Amino acid sequence: MILCLVEPGQLSREALAFAQRLGPVQAFSIDAGEAYAPGAWATAIVQLIEQHSPDAVVAAASDRGQEAMAHAAARLDLPLAANCVSAEPGEPWRVVRQRWGGSLLEEATLSGAVKLLTVAQHVVGAADPVPVEPFTPELSEADLAVRVVRREEPPPGTVSLTDARVVVGGGRGVGSAEGFELLEELAELLGGAVGGSRVVTNLGWRAHADQVGQTGARIAPDLYIACGISGAIQHIVGCKGAKKILAINKDPHAPMIARSDYAVVGDLHEVVAAVIEELRR
Amino acid sequence: MTLNVAVCIKRVPETGARITLTADEQEIDTSYLGFTISPHEECAVEEALRLVQLHGGTTTAVTLGPPAAAEQLRNAVAMGVESALLLVTERSDWDPQATAAALTEALRDGGHDLLLFGNESADSGGYQVGIRVAHALGLPCVTGVKHIEIADGTATVRREEGGGWEIFEVTLPAVLTVKEGINLPRYASLPGRLRAKKTEIALVEPAWREGDLRKQRLVVPEEQGSHVEMLGDGRAAAPRIVDVLKELGVA
Repeated sequence: MILCLVEPGQLSREALAFAQRLGPVQAFSIDAGEAYAPGAWATAIVQLIEQHSPDAVVAAASDRGQEAMAHAAARLDLPLAANCVSAEPGEPWRVVRQRWGGSLLEEATLSGAVKLLTVAQHVVGAADPVPVEPFTPELSEADLAVRVVRREEPPPGTVSLTDARVVVGGGRGVGSAEGFELLEELAELLGGAVGGSRVVTNLGWRAHADQVGQTGARIAPDLYIACGISGAIQHIVGCKGAKKILAINKDPHAPMIARSDYAVVGDLHEVVAAVIEELRR
Repeated sequence: MTLNVAVCIKRVPETGARITLTADEQEIDTSYLGFTISPHEECAVEEALRLVQLHGGTTTAVTLGPPAAAEQLRNAVAMGVESALLLVTERSDWDPQATAAALTEALRDGGHDLLLFGNESADSGGYQVGIRVAHALGLPCVTGVKHIEIADGTATVRREEGGGWEIFEVTLPAVLTVKEGINLPRYASLPGRLRAKKTEIALVEPAWREGDLRKQRLVVPEEQGSHVEMLGDGRAAAPRIVDVLKELGVA
């Protein structure tokens, strides 16, 4: 039996589809109190394993899935295969997992009494909803020692990078923090958000929160407009979820152009200014 | 209270636009690549330096890796870290459990107030070594941290969640795994570089344990061959771009 942890949202439905390929699935959600505590979630996983003796526990590679599974693995001294794209039960199990944010895959064997896996984001289609049983763990004070004591919500009406339908991204080619004003203008016209490559956030031209990449946001807009971005792996990991990519670059050989659906060769400042003019007509 | 901080870092190759593997498919071919401290961990080094600047204390950088990983420890020293410890090994088959066990042994009697890790390494991305060390040492742990404030033996830390922030309070000693964006790491100064050259790196041979997650081989995923439609050159392409924006329903 495969035990699948379900949180609200798309990622858990992907994890569910992944689990269903491995065997019969029992799906549980964790009800461990209002304030999220990683220790309480880990205890829930440990108690679920004790009560149901599953062959494997599968969770989404969400922030919480990743964290709670690692805590449970640490407590049980079991291996954890993070960011799996496929798995095959057997003795031992064979798994394929992502490295470098998915730019590289690792084929590995996984042994241990119970197999613990998290499922890489957006590599498996989502499953139809199934009945999910809420599980309330028995908790001790120690489980709640580390917990969220306070939350701060984002200002209302913010278009976040990860939700935007259009993202206008800038790289080294933008040239300066001021150079982004043009990109802001285009994004505003399209109702989108502005992002930047790691070079740009490291240079301080944009806040790190705007970074699209392996160490920043993973975006999935309808259109990503990549301006003056060469297309290092670090960046591709962040933007490959886009349905379409338009690259604007001076260098026709920039890897970003080869990874795009539409490309324009030229100075991004001139091109973007002309597009803004055209849109305003 | 002064802080005694240890930062665990990892040596990773600086990949560019394409990954090539060695013939045995066990490693990335690094013949033409440099190496760096994994990005989240470079920020952990910076954070350690800032905290110690503020509260006083000491900083140590620790890594498990080949003899060449001394380079990344020296980079940390050049940034301002005082001492460095290399758990030196020629083996490359350290899984997260084995790595965490070796680090735990090395850190157990260090008397550290704070152990900093990266949230996940750039290369293997296991998302677990810091958490495993915290459990083994019986310390509280918060992951994905993007802001740290310390007062009266308590760390108040923030992490991003759903566009907002989650705030945790943990008593020291504690383990925190940080994410890039918590700060902007400094460049090494010239005196720092000179000191790094001369700094003696403590060497320990860690005990290896057989891992339960065993890498068999690496595979470069097939690129989905995208067909690129060239829309033109320079500003003359603007009308065509706007047509495409309209076709895609975004303008």
